[in-house]
Amino acid sequence: MNVRKLPRFLIAVVLFYIVVEVLYRTEILNGYLLHIINLSLIYVILATSLNLINGITGQFSLGHMGFAGVGAYVSGSLTTLILKLSVTNPASMLPFLLSIIAGGVVAAFVGFLIGFPSLRLKGDYLAIVTLGFGEIIRTIFNNIDAVGGPRGLLGIPKFSNFTVILVAAFLTVVIIRNLIESSHGRAMLSIRENELAAELVCVNTTRYKVMASTFGAFFAGIAGGLLAHLIQLAHPTQFGFIKSVEVLIMIYAGGVGSLTGSILAAFGLTFLSEGLRLGIRALADATGLPIGGEWRMVVYALLLIFIMLFRNEGLMGMRESRIIKNVEVD
Amino acid sequence: MKKVLFVMAPVVLVAASYAQDIKIGGIGPVTGEAATFGISTKNGMTMAVDEWNAKGGIFGGRKAKLIFEDDKGDPSEGAIVWNKLIQQDNVVAIVGTVMSKVSLVGAPISQAAGIPMISPTSTNEKVTLVGDYIFRACFIDPFQGTVGANFAFNDLKARSAAAIFDLGNDYTKGLAENFKKQFEKLGGKVVAFEGHPTGTTDFKAQLTKILQGKPDVIYIPDYYNDVGLIAKQARELGFKGPLVGGDGWDSPELVKIGGTAVENGFFTNHYSSEDKRAIVQAFVKKYKAKFGAEPDALAALGYDAMYIMLDAIKRAGSTKGAAIRDALKATDINVVSGRIKFDENRNPIKSAVIIEIKNGKQVYRTTVNP
Repeated sequence: MNVRKLPRFLIAVVLFYIVVEVLYRTEILNGYLLHIINLSLIYVILATSLNLINGITGQFSLGHMGFAGVGAYVSGSLTTLILKLSVTNPASMLPFLLSIIAGGVVAAFVGFLIGFPSLRLKGDYLAIVTLGFGEIIRTIFNNIDAVGGPRGLLGIPKFSNFTVILVAAFLTVVIIRNLIESSHGRAMLSIRENELAAELVCVNTTRYKVMASTFGAFFAGIAGGLLAHLIQLAHPTQFGFIKSVEVLIMIYAGGVGSLTGSILAAFGLTFLSEGLRLGIRALADATGLPIGGEWRMVVYALLLIFIMLFRNEGLMGMRESRIIKNVEVD
Repeated sequence: MKKVLFVMAPVVLVAASYAQDIKIGGIGPVTGEAATFGISTKNGMTMAVDEWNAKGGIFGGRKAKLIFEDDKGDPSEGAIVWNKLIQQDNVVAIVGTVMSKVSLVGAPISQAAGIPMISPTSTNEKVTLVGDYIFRACFIDPFQGTVGANFAFNDLKARSAAAIFDLGNDYTKGLAENFKKQFEKLGGKVVAFEGHPTGTTDFKAQLTKILQGKPDVIYIPDYYNDVGLIAKQARELGFKGPLVGGDGWDSPELVKIGGTAVENGFFTNHYSSEDKRAIVQAFVKKYKAKFGAEPDALAALGYDAMYIMLDAIKRAGSTKGAAIRDALKATDINVVSGRIKFDENRNPIKSAVIIEIKNGKQVYRTTVNP
């Protein structure tokens, strides 16, 4: 590991933190934009962790939000139902963070379990298994009355703030990057490139596939927990198939296998969706055309189609930005 | 940071141009699974705002400016639009939204910001329990279930009943549970209480079990698409008695899907377009002229919710959140869905109507007071 290059990403994140905090304190940045930034950062965690499974290891998971749901419900139940934490009590921060980690650990365990039956499957078949799994998780939450059933888990305290979410996103990216750049990561990449060849050179493909699934699920669980404590609700419909596809779109738009791409796409697509909301409103006001907010998703979808048509490897392809990279490899 | 500036620029321009108007946030799902509900609600809200503005504004000649946002029926999207309307557009009040799960995300944001909110159609009890700035214009789940049971027992003279509901939907489950509670309290017998998973299209297993208990009436508190299928299959299995349901039945699609099977069906609703009150008839006429369609209950409630809010702002004579909240609490007004006053949990005390399906048409049967 090259120590000299280590803090580059850290410096970038600290700068980002300072700029956002200053702008927010001086009320140039309002609560709405801060909320969008928080949401983007949560999507950074979801997209980079899914990228570890789909992009780096070359497996195809369609149930990523299922893991996020596990994290959201476990951490939400801990803070809301069991510990009954309150935001006004500063001593609640530590138990909250532990609850989020607990959510991640349980999600990781589920990811570990789901890793096994999936080992014998590849491509489309694996996609269907993970899709089914995501739906099972959603249905389970729907039917447990203790966590609200179809009403959702209500009254979750709003613990997630910009600092917590940014630190979580930073750690996620660093850990996944270090994993990719380690020998374990190389083994995962070899599975993506050619599983048979990897096996022939004694890569324990089983172990690395389960490892990718476990790590990916852990971070998804963390993201789910943070999301639940940001919008103060965990609801089964938030963790369904469509939501998993949204994260999938992010990694494909950003570039499969590129963490930089996932980060850019998480921010880009979240801001794009909101930018269109304002843009279409401004256009309608300026021209008097009868176009409402419902056209936003049409334009959004069109833009996605164009990205894929003209840049089908995604924004970044497989490249990494120098800011994120830890060691130079060619 | 470029992105932030990019987003900020048009906003500053937009904000500057409406300084004189009173900005009201409107929220509803105009895209996604509940899009038809959202569009009706939006139409109703728009109509109320236009009417008040045509009369010369809210107070001091200031007009209302509706800023409507789509929540897609998605809680995460709800959190975004609530933040946007409050922080970015600086609205003085919010009228929204349709689905309870989204209102439950918005309510804490409104409460924390001190921006009064009234939901037109979120029937989940917990919504207004979030805090004293949160109101609603519709009756809540327990009330509708209770009214359904009273009607089945007293009016239809049913002594045994069965209920079938969607396990994955809080609305249908809530109604079914409250129906059962009230029907048993009245001395009736609930012979079967069957849940089905979301997305079921073949209900024969549950219906066979229900029919073994020989109920006088079947309670189906579901949405119109499921109700149509359940009714058809119940009739195929030989059930001849009345079917009773809730406001989820209120759609022209019901008769298209259910055909003659939904005859002898009754449901509780917020309003009937056949109600002879002048205010209802004026609303129906204006709505038809403007949007070319018969207003459903969502349109009526969207209109009512906006009307109640604008009336409160007028009485408050102020755009301060606390003043509007206090004026809302003191509401006593006649609107399309009845006379509205709020109880201590900011739920309206109002009447329900029973609608019968007769020869493929919705016919007003009776009004039930609380």
